[in-house]
Amino acid sequence: MNRRETLKALGLIAAGAGVVTTACQQEKGKEEVLDKSSEKQLPGVEDWEHERTQKLMAEKFFTDHELATITVLADIIIPKDEVSGSASDAGVPDFIEFIVKDLPSNQLPMRGGLKWLDVQCQKRYGHAFIKCKEEQQLELVDAIAYPGRAKPEMQQGVAFFSLMRNLTASGFYTSEMGVKDIGYVGNKPGVWNGVPDDVLKEHGFDPEKFFG
Amino acid sequence: MVDYQIKESPEVYDAIVVGSGAGGGMAGYILANAGLNVLMLEAGPFYDPAKDALQMRWPWESPRRGAGTTRPFGDFDASFGGWQLDGEPYTTVSGTEFEWFRSRMLGGRTNHWGRISLRMGPDDFKPSDGLTDEWPISYEEVKPFYDRVDRMIGIYGTVEGIRNEPDGIFMKPPKPRLSELYIAQGAKKAGVPVIPGRGAVLTESSPEIKGRGTCFYCGQCNRACKVYGDFSSSSCLVIPAMKTGNLKVIDNAMVREVLTNDEGLATGVSYVDTKSLQEYVVRGKTVILGASACESARIMLNSKSRAHPGGLANSSGLVGRYLHDSTGSSMSGFLPQLLDRKRYNEDGVGSVHIYSPWWEDNKNLDFPRGYHIEYGGRLNMPGYGFLNWVPGAVGKIAGKDGEKRDGGGYGALLKEDYRRFYGASIGMAGRGTALARIDNYCEIDPTRVDKYGIPVLRFHYKWANEEIAQAKHMQETFKSIMHEMGAVILSAEQGPETKYGLEAPGVIIHEGGTTRMGNDPKKSVLNKWGQAHDCKNLYVVDAGPFVQQGDKNLTWTILALSMRTAEYILEQKKKLNG
Repeated sequence: MNRRETLKALGLIAAGAGVVTTACQQEKGKEEVLDKSSEKQLPGVEDWEHERTQKLMAEKFFTDHELATITVLADIIIPKDEVSGSASDAGVPDFIEFIVKDLPSNQLPMRGGLKWLDVQCQKRYGHAFIKCKEEQQLELVDAIAYPGRAKPEMQQGVAFFSLMRNLTASGFYTSEMGVKDIGYVGNKPGVWNGVPDDVLKEHGFDPEKFFG
Repeated sequence: MVDYQIKESPEVYDAIVVGSGAGGGMAGYILANAGLNVLMLEAGPFYDPAKDALQMRWPWESPRRGAGTTRPFGDFDASFGGWQLDGEPYTTVSGTEFEWFRSRMLGGRTNHWGRISLRMGPDDFKPSDGLTDEWPISYEEVKPFYDRVDRMIGIYGTVEGIRNEPDGIFMKPPKPRLSELYIAQGAKKAGVPVIPGRGAVLTESSPEIKGRGTCFYCGQCNRACKVYGDFSSSSCLVIPAMKTGNLKVIDNAMVREVLTNDEGLATGVSYVDTKSLQEYVVRGKTVILGASACESARIMLNSKSRAHPGGLANSSGLVGRYLHDSTGSSMSGFLPQLLDRKRYNEDGVGSVHIYSPWWEDNKNLDFPRGYHIEYGGRLNMPGYGFLNWVPGAVGKIAGKDGEKRDGGGYGALLKEDYRRFYGASIGMAGRGTALARIDNYCEIDPTRVDKYGIPVLRFHYKWANEEIAQAKHMQETFKSIMHEMGAVILSAEQGPETKYGLEAPGVIIHEGGTTRMGNDPKKSVLNKWGQAHDCKNLYVVDAGPFVQQGDKNLTWTILALSMRTAEYILEQKKKLNG
């Protein structure tokens, strides 16, 4: 098979346009974070894997209060800016609800960390985190967002915030919105002819040589 | 007790092949194409990449965004299974360690492998270091089979003329990615050669290769390829062999044992259907084990009879012995030169674009043999956890304004950081020769069975000074390459307390040696054709026959040796009939 036949066999010539443009069609309001396709079993997914996923989807781990706190925190970590929307616009809270069920080792650090946050806020400001004023919320986040300069008594909060930040970034940058934001332009059929010449030159490599 | 019936088929196959990975697939392919009536038994389900590959899917199509919850290499990876399988345990002797990866599916572990396809060299077959054992065959004897595998399956690379890194018949290699150009430059300064990669991916079409598409550069070989543009045993061997009409595959068939007659010859195998739990017996004139080094040893050790009291073809007591995986140690970091880099599609191929073949003279070193280095780093497809390193890296280097920053952060600035650092991470990993030692082995655990009632393996494996010294050398080399290219190292410093990052045996998934070949029946299990000394119609075609692997990932050698064994079987049949 030559390349054209290859793409035909893949169904990518006829469907090619669709494959390429889906990444551009977004920001039509809030994304459905858990793609509908996860409700049906994809070919190549084992039965037990699919059944496990469906079971997890039907369960609820976080309380409404916990989920509301996660939403506020996620949007502090990844707010809307001129390039893309916020973490909650990309459905990150739903993703975090799923992933702690999928990877249960995250459950205790998340639940305990959220409680730690509320207790800190209660002591300092007299309210749970989501009821605090924005500047109070940010003051507390500042105290736990920088591992190198956080006070020793805030280290539990640092550990929680690092996990929360990683889960938020995982959820956001793997959404359609986040993939577009980070600028990943692959996952489409093409030909790899090496690094583009202008990039090679910018980095001081010689386009004529295999190893620059 | 409730009676149960063992279903026995009256048909006698010319050959029964156990396992459908690289070894079983090649044997089945050669024999079916030669007109033999072949039965292949696979413990897992049927799998066709054209239909089943999760290639070209986006991260949001996985509810776990590609996390490795149910598959160690991520949700989209083609390989079913992992180091732990529900209901199929194994044990380790205390104070020793081994991690056993099993992929129960058509094609076995060829579904996830890196497609890195290296030939073992003349010095790998006939080493002169005084510590590692020589094979009963030389590179020159295996070379014609390597050549045929190259032509039949397809491989890219470049002719380099390096003595112990033999060249093959190559298609054009993919060009390096940007990070790989920096790595090659840094390595050169550190005195480490870097050459184009060698991978089983069709970068060109070939008149000798039919029914497979050429690579369209999605970089997702580990998800299996819908157009069969890379090598998987299913797409390149088993499915084509089925089309001859001479190969029948029974999937979900877990083999219990090889059956033998009073003379000790193999007469067939017994297996359990993993779905219905029905027991079966099938008959064959020849039995070929390609179940993976440890699984084939397990089947042989579980096949006890009056003629083979210590397990099938085990009069030497060496079945399960000389187990050895590759060594592995790695380092990761990022390249400041790649911050804020321009975006373009850098997926490339799913195998290595560049690598470093072993370059040192062992006279100056405190360990025998060596390792090669595999490199990575690209504008990769987003997936679970792929930016977790960024908040830490932010604190290692001045920000855009030239001011030193604190690691961590949140908000608009963090979003900028993720964009700034994306695509700047690099990694390198050594894969080296671990010594095949009689004291590293698997055996039957006398007290445990799996969910089918089959006795399980117990492992006994310890690294020794040679492997640890090699890992130390890897770490020193990585550090010097990182330094020469101006990279910032992010992975933890490795020292003697972590054996210099040496991975536990089994983690690299290159295990072999459990049914070693040799000329002396007292010192080996198989002869130089992969035929059991004690059972003339039993052959092993996975990595079990390896006397001592080199630092070359073993799939290409499994394919070449399985082809050689299959043709020996054909010759033997011809002699009997003629």
